[in-house]
Amino acid sequence: MSEHKNHISSYKSQIVVLLTLIVLTVLTVTITSVHLGPFNTAAAMLIASVKATIVLLYFMHLKFDEKIYRFMVTLVLAIYAVVIIITFFDYLYRP
Amino acid sequence: MEQQHVAHTDHFDPVASKLGMWLFIFTEILLFGGLFIVYSVYRYKHPVEFHLAAEELDVTIGLINTIILLISSMTVAMSITALQLGNKKLTLILLGTTGLLALVFLVNKYFEWGAKIHHDIYPGSEFLLSLSKGDMLFFGLYFFMTGLHALHIIAGLALLGVAFFKVKNGSVNKDRISLLENGGLYWHLVDLIWIFLFPLFYLIH
Repeated sequence: MSEHKNHISSYKSQIVVLLTLIVLTVLTVTITSVHLGPFNTAAAMLIASVKATIVLLYFMHLKFDEKIYRFMVTLVLAIYAVVIIITFFDYLYRP
Repeated sequence: MEQQHVAHTDHFDPVASKLGMWLFIFTEILLFGGLFIVYSVYRYKHPVEFHLAAEELDVTIGLINTIILLISSMTVAMSITALQLGNKKLTLILLGTTGLLALVFLVNKYFEWGAKIHHDIYPGSEFLLSLSKGDMLFFGLYFFMTGLHALHIIAGLALLGVAFFKVKNGSVNKDRISLLENGGLYWHLVDLIWIFLFPLFYLIH
């Protein structure tokens, strides 16, 4: 691939990413310490997914690398989501 | 691109190299993904037991370990930036810091597991066998999944150690950065898994 495509992340941007991730972690701990019933887990999983996306895009460089990696990761996660949905269709509707 | 023709025995394709690393990461995602599904199904079947058993885990130590891993993820990402900018010394310092943070994580894990085992909570212990099925499943999954994750930390530590020495002797450098980048990807994967392990085991309320 051509040279100009080599994106170099700045130190500053990486510190911003880290601070965002730490804030989200503290937010998860705070939210789950309040009793919201099943919404606790939903909120925790939602925030974890946001954190995972940030790690994938910035630390794992998917935002800046060739599109093929992003495409593959999306595909694998979509397949995984389908497996989860099918599993729960089974378990939720068992007599 | 042209100067690569000089070294004809030396094939180097950074795009394919990263592609291979991603393929390997997918197998890891599916390995842990399968375990997360096992966890969800058992939690769905034993909600109360999972809730009560999770209270036994120490949120503070889990939170500290989460933050340690997040910081180590940043230092590894920064070490790649440093090498791209040609700052070898800073790369080595940042990689060393990452390794140190990984060791701190493992030491924390040792004390965390140690406290559990001291309280007679480990797979197959008499105390655990006297509890309900849900408790056994929770702690079985807890030890297996955090243990497998800790093994990945050790593997990542070894990989980053190799990267450290290759950066030091110059075979991984500004123009051939793949090994460090791929080591970084692996390290971020370990972080990624922990991002889900932490709320699922430590933060059930």
